Amino acid sequence: MLSLNWFLALSAILFSIGTVGVLTRKNAIVIFMSVELMLNAVNLTLVAFSAHLGDVHGQILVFFSLCVAAAEAAVGLAIIIAIYRNNLTVDITKINLLRW
Amino acid sequence: MVTYIFILLATLAVGSALATILSKSTVTSALFLVLNMVALAGVYLLLKAQFLAVIQILVYAGAIMVLFLFVIMLLNVDDEHSLFSRITFKYAMGFFLGVIVMAQILYALASATGTLPNITGEITHVGTVEAIADELFTTYLFPFEVTAILLTAAVVGALLIAQRKPNSTN
Repeated sequence: MLSLNWFLALSAILFSIGTVGVLTRKNAIVIFMSVELMLNAVNLTLVAFSAHLGDVHGQILVFFSLCVAAAEAAVGLAIIIAIYRNNLTVDITKINLLRW
Repeated sequence: MVTYIFILLATLAVGSALATILSKSTVTSALFLVLNMVALAGVYLLLKAQFLAVIQILVYAGAIMVLFLFVIMLLNVDDEHSLFSRITFKYAMGFFLGVIVMAQILYALASATGTLPNITGEITHVGTVEAIADELFTTYLFPFEVTAILLTAAVVGALLIAQRKPNSTN
Protein backbone atom coordinates (compact mmCIF):
# COMPACT_ATOMS: atom_id res chain seq x y z
CA MET A 1 0.00 0.00 0.00
CA LEU A 2 1.17 3.49 -0.78
CA SER A 3 2.43 5.82 1.89
CA LEU A 4 -0.17 7.94 3.63
CA ASN A 5 1.65 11.14 2.70
CA TRP A 6 0.80 10.81 -0.98
CA PHE A 7 -2.92 10.80 -0.30
CA LEU A 8 -2.66 13.68 2.15
CA ALA A 9 -0.63 15.72 -0.33
CA LEU A 10 -3.21 15.09 -3.07
CA SER A 11 -5.93 16.16 -0.66
CA ALA A 12 -4.04 19.34 0.26
CA ILE A 13 -3.53 20.24 -3.40
CA LEU A 14 -7.21 19.68 -4.21
CA PHE A 15 -8.27 21.74 -1.19
CA SER A 16 -6.01 24.60 -2.24
CA ILE A 17 -7.35 24.52 -5.80
CA GLY A 18 -10.84 24.75 -4.34
CA THR A 19 -9.78 27.70 -2.17
CA VAL A 20 -8.36 29.57 -5.16
CA GLY A 21 -11.57 28.85 -7.07
CA VAL A 22 -13.72 30.29 -4.29
CA LEU A 23 -11.55 33.38 -3.99
CA THR A 24 -11.14 34.23 -7.67
CA ARG A 25 -14.30 33.23 -9.53
CA LYS A 26 -17.32 35.47 -9.90
CA ASN A 27 -19.99 32.99 -10.95
CA ALA A 28 -21.86 31.78 -7.86
CA ILE A 29 -22.39 28.30 -9.32
CA VAL A 30 -18.66 27.83 -9.99
CA ILE A 31 -17.91 29.04 -6.46
CA PHE A 32 -20.34 26.44 -5.17
CA MET A 33 -18.59 23.77 -7.24
CA SER A 34 -15.26 24.85 -5.75
CA VAL A 35 -16.74 24.37 -2.29
CA GLU A 36 -17.72 20.83 -3.31
CA LEU A 37 -14.12 20.33 -4.43
CA MET A 38 -12.86 21.35 -0.98
CA LEU A 39 -15.41 19.07 0.68
CA ASN A 40 -14.15 16.18 -1.43
CA ALA A 41 -10.55 16.89 -0.51
CA VAL A 42 -11.41 16.67 3.19
CA ASN A 43 -13.29 13.42 2.56
CA LEU A 44 -10.17 12.04 0.91
CA THR A 45 -8.16 12.90 4.02
CA LEU A 46 -10.67 11.11 6.24
CA VAL A 47 -10.68 8.00 4.04
CA ALA A 48 -6.87 7.95 3.87
CA PHE A 49 -6.48 8.14 7.64
CA SER A 50 -9.25 5.59 8.14
CA ALA A 51 -7.65 3.11 5.74
CA HIS A 52 -4.19 3.51 7.19
CA LEU A 53 -5.29 3.35 10.82
CA GLY A 54 -7.60 0.42 10.17
CA ASP A 55 -10.45 2.30 11.81
CA VAL A 56 -13.89 2.24 10.23
CA HIS A 57 -15.15 5.35 12.00
CA GLY A 58 -13.46 7.70 9.54
CA GLN A 59 -15.37 6.18 6.65
CA ILE A 60 -18.63 6.46 8.56
CA LEU A 61 -17.86 10.14 9.08
CA VAL A 62 -17.37 10.43 5.32
CA PHE A 63 -20.75 8.75 4.81
CA PHE A 64 -22.46 11.37 6.99
CA SER A 65 -20.45 14.10 5.30
CA LEU A 66 -21.78 12.92 1.93
CA CYS A 67 -25.35 13.12 3.26
CA VAL A 68 -24.76 16.64 4.52
CA ALA A 69 -23.16 17.55 1.18
CA ALA A 70 -26.26 16.35 -0.66
CA ALA A 71 -28.51 18.43 1.61
CA GLU A 72 -26.18 21.41 1.27
CA ALA A 73 -26.17 21.16 -2.52
CA ALA A 74 -29.97 21.07 -2.67
CA VAL A 75 -30.42 24.08 -0.37
CA GLY A 76 -27.52 26.03 -1.87
CA LEU A 77 -28.76 25.62 -5.42
CA ALA A 78 -32.24 26.64 -4.30
CA ILE A 79 -30.72 29.80 -2.81
CA ILE A 80 -28.89 30.47 -6.08
CA ILE A 81 -32.19 30.09 -7.98
CA ALA A 82 -33.86 32.51 -5.56
CA ILE A 83 -31.03 35.02 -5.99
CA TYR A 84 -31.25 34.68 -9.76
CA ARG A 85 -34.99 35.29 -9.66
CA ASN A 86 -34.50 38.52 -7.76
CA ASN A 87 -31.38 39.88 -9.48
CA LEU A 88 -31.39 38.12 -12.89
CA THR A 89 -27.70 37.34 -12.41
CA VAL A 90 -25.47 34.96 -10.46
CA ASP A 91 -22.45 37.24 -10.71
CA ILE A 92 -21.46 37.81 -7.10
CA THR A 93 -19.91 41.20 -7.82
CA LYS A 94 -23.39 42.42 -8.77
CA ILE A 95 -25.10 40.91 -5.73
CA ASN A 96 -24.26 43.54 -3.14
CA LEU A 97 -27.46 44.09 -1.22
CA LEU A 98 -25.88 43.38 2.16
CA ARG A 99 -22.69 45.24 1.35
CA TRP A 100 -21.95 48.67 2.82
CA MET B 1 1.79 -0.92 -10.14
CA VAL B 2 -0.34 0.70 -7.44
CA THR B 3 1.97 3.70 -7.53
CA TYR B 4 1.44 4.19 -11.25
CA ILE B 5 -2.34 3.94 -10.90
CA PHE B 6 -2.22 6.45 -8.05
CA ILE B 7 -0.11 8.88 -10.09
CA LEU B 8 -2.52 8.54 -13.01
CA LEU B 9 -5.57 9.13 -10.83
CA ALA B 10 -3.94 11.98 -8.92
CA THR B 11 -2.94 13.72 -12.14
CA LEU B 12 -6.46 13.26 -13.44
CA ALA B 13 -7.95 14.64 -10.21
CA VAL B 14 -5.67 17.68 -10.01
CA GLY B 15 -5.98 18.41 -13.73
CA SER B 16 -9.75 18.21 -13.71
CA ALA B 17 -9.89 20.32 -10.55
CA LEU B 18 -7.78 22.99 -12.24
CA ALA B 19 -9.98 22.77 -15.33
CA THR B 20 -13.05 23.18 -13.10
CA ILE B 21 -11.93 26.51 -11.73
CA LEU B 22 -10.29 27.75 -14.94
CA SER B 23 -12.81 26.98 -17.68
CA LYS B 24 -15.00 29.82 -18.85
CA SER B 25 -18.15 27.84 -19.47
CA THR B 26 -20.09 26.77 -16.39
CA VAL B 27 -21.19 23.52 -18.02
CA THR B 28 -17.56 22.62 -18.78
CA SER B 29 -16.71 23.31 -15.15
CA ALA B 30 -19.47 20.98 -13.98
CA LEU B 31 -18.40 18.19 -16.33
CA PHE B 32 -14.77 18.48 -15.24
CA LEU B 33 -15.98 18.30 -11.64
CA VAL B 34 -17.69 14.99 -12.51
CA LEU B 35 -14.34 13.75 -13.85
CA ASN B 36 -12.72 14.87 -10.59
CA MET B 37 -15.29 12.92 -8.55
CA VAL B 38 -14.69 9.78 -10.62
CA ALA B 39 -10.92 10.08 -10.20
CA LEU B 40 -11.39 10.49 -6.45
CA ALA B 41 -13.58 7.37 -6.42
CA GLY B 42 -10.64 5.56 -8.02
CA VAL B 43 -8.37 6.83 -5.25
CA TYR B 44 -10.88 5.51 -2.70
CA LEU B 45 -10.64 2.12 -4.40
CA LEU B 46 -6.85 2.25 -4.01
CA LEU B 47 -7.44 2.88 -0.30
CA LYS B 48 -9.68 -0.22 -0.21
CA ALA B 49 -12.77 1.83 0.60
CA GLN B 50 -15.04 0.08 -1.89
CA PHE B 51 -18.32 1.19 -0.34
CA LEU B 52 -17.38 4.85 -0.34
CA ALA B 53 -16.08 4.66 -3.90
CA VAL B 54 -19.48 3.44 -5.10
CA ILE B 55 -21.32 5.96 -2.94
CA GLN B 56 -19.07 8.75 -4.24
CA ILE B 57 -20.04 7.99 -7.83
CA LEU B 58 -23.72 7.45 -7.01
CA VAL B 59 -24.24 10.50 -4.83
CA TYR B 60 -21.73 13.03 -6.14
CA ALA B 61 -21.28 12.23 -9.82
CA GLY B 62 -24.83 10.93 -10.11
CA ALA B 63 -27.11 13.03 -7.97
CA ILE B 64 -25.39 16.25 -6.98
CA MET B 65 -23.80 17.02 -10.33
CA VAL B 66 -27.05 16.33 -12.17
CA LEU B 67 -28.64 18.86 -9.82
CA PHE B 68 -25.90 21.33 -10.70
CA LEU B 69 -26.38 20.78 -14.42
CA PHE B 70 -30.15 21.22 -14.08
CA VAL B 71 -29.67 24.52 -12.29
CA ILE B 72 -27.16 25.70 -14.92
CA MET B 73 -29.66 24.74 -17.62
CA LEU B 74 -32.47 26.49 -15.73
CA LEU B 75 -30.58 29.73 -15.19
CA ASN B 76 -29.03 29.92 -18.67
CA VAL B 77 -25.85 31.50 -17.32
CA ASP B 78 -23.55 33.27 -19.77
CA ASP B 79 -19.89 32.46 -20.04
CA GLU B 80 -17.52 34.66 -18.16
CA HIS B 81 -15.65 36.58 -20.80
CA SER B 82 -13.14 38.38 -18.66
CA LEU B 83 -11.88 35.48 -16.61
CA PHE B 84 -8.12 35.90 -16.12
CA SER B 85 -7.82 38.39 -18.98
CA ARG B 86 -6.41 41.01 -16.65
CA ILE B 87 -4.57 40.14 -13.50
CA THR B 88 -6.03 42.36 -10.86
CA PHE B 89 -4.99 42.69 -7.27
CA LYS B 90 -7.94 40.52 -6.25
CA TYR B 91 -6.82 37.59 -8.38
CA ALA B 92 -3.24 37.88 -7.19
CA MET B 93 -4.44 38.01 -3.58
CA GLY B 94 -6.71 35.00 -4.07
CA PHE B 95 -3.92 32.96 -5.59
CA PHE B 96 -1.53 34.05 -2.84
CA LEU B 97 -4.01 33.01 -0.14
CA GLY B 98 -4.47 29.64 -1.87
CA VAL B 99 -0.72 29.04 -1.82
CA ILE B 100 -0.65 29.95 1.87
CA VAL B 101 -3.45 27.49 2.63
CA MET B 102 -1.62 24.70 0.79
CA ALA B 103 1.64 25.48 2.60
CA GLN B 104 -0.15 25.40 5.95
CA ILE B 105 -1.84 22.07 5.25
CA LEU B 106 1.34 20.46 3.93
CA TYR B 107 3.33 21.72 6.93
CA ALA B 108 0.74 20.43 9.38
CA LEU B 109 0.58 17.04 7.66
CA ALA B 110 4.36 16.70 7.41
CA SER B 111 4.75 17.24 11.14
CA ALA B 112 1.84 14.96 12.09
CA THR B 113 2.62 11.77 10.16
CA GLY B 114 5.01 9.08 11.25
CA THR B 115 2.96 8.26 14.33
CA LEU B 116 0.82 5.58 12.71
CA PRO B 117 0.66 1.88 13.57
CA ASN B 118 1.86 -0.85 11.24
CA ILE B 119 -0.55 -2.27 8.71
CA THR B 120 -1.97 -5.65 9.60
CA GLY B 121 -4.25 -8.03 7.73
CA GLU B 122 -7.46 -6.87 9.33
CA ILE B 123 -6.92 -3.29 8.17
CA THR B 124 -7.69 -4.22 4.57
CA HIS B 125 -11.21 -5.31 5.52
CA VAL B 126 -12.20 -1.91 6.89
CA GLY B 127 -13.83 -0.46 3.79
CA THR B 128 -16.23 -3.27 2.93
CA VAL B 129 -19.98 -2.84 3.09
CA GLU B 130 -20.18 -5.35 5.95
CA ALA B 131 -17.71 -3.49 8.13
CA ILE B 132 -19.34 -0.12 7.56
CA ALA B 133 -22.90 -1.40 7.95
CA ASP B 134 -21.91 -3.22 11.12
CA GLU B 135 -20.93 0.05 12.80
CA LEU B 136 -23.54 2.18 11.07
CA PHE B 137 -26.54 0.16 12.22
CA THR B 138 -25.34 -0.47 15.77
CA THR B 139 -23.23 2.36 17.18
CA TYR B 140 -24.38 5.05 14.78
CA LEU B 141 -28.02 4.07 14.37
CA PHE B 142 -29.35 7.30 15.89
CA PRO B 143 -27.17 9.63 13.74
CA PHE B 144 -28.19 7.56 10.74
CA GLU B 145 -31.87 8.19 11.44
CA VAL B 146 -31.17 11.87 12.09
CA THR B 147 -29.59 11.99 8.62
CA ALA B 148 -32.93 10.96 7.15
CA ILE B 149 -34.62 13.87 8.95
CA LEU B 150 -31.86 16.20 7.74
CA LEU B 151 -32.39 15.17 4.13
CA THR B 152 -36.16 15.57 4.42
CA ALA B 153 -35.71 19.01 5.95
CA ALA B 154 -33.27 19.93 3.17
CA VAL B 155 -35.73 18.88 0.46
CA VAL B 156 -38.56 20.82 2.08
CA GLY B 157 -36.31 23.85 2.58
CA ALA B 158 -35.07 23.74 -1.00
CA LEU B 159 -38.63 23.59 -2.32
CA LEU B 160 -39.65 26.47 -0.08
CA ILE B 161 -36.73 28.66 -1.12
CA ALA B 162 -36.84 27.88 -4.83
CA GLN B 163 -40.57 28.17 -5.43
CA ARG B 164 -42.24 31.36 -6.51
CA LYS B 165 -44.23 33.05 -3.82
CA PRO B 166 -47.88 32.11 -4.35
CA ASN B 167 -49.24 35.61 -3.84
CA SER B 168 -46.68 37.50 -5.94
CA THR B 169 -47.31 38.34 -9.55
CA ASN B 170 -43.95 37.49 -11.19
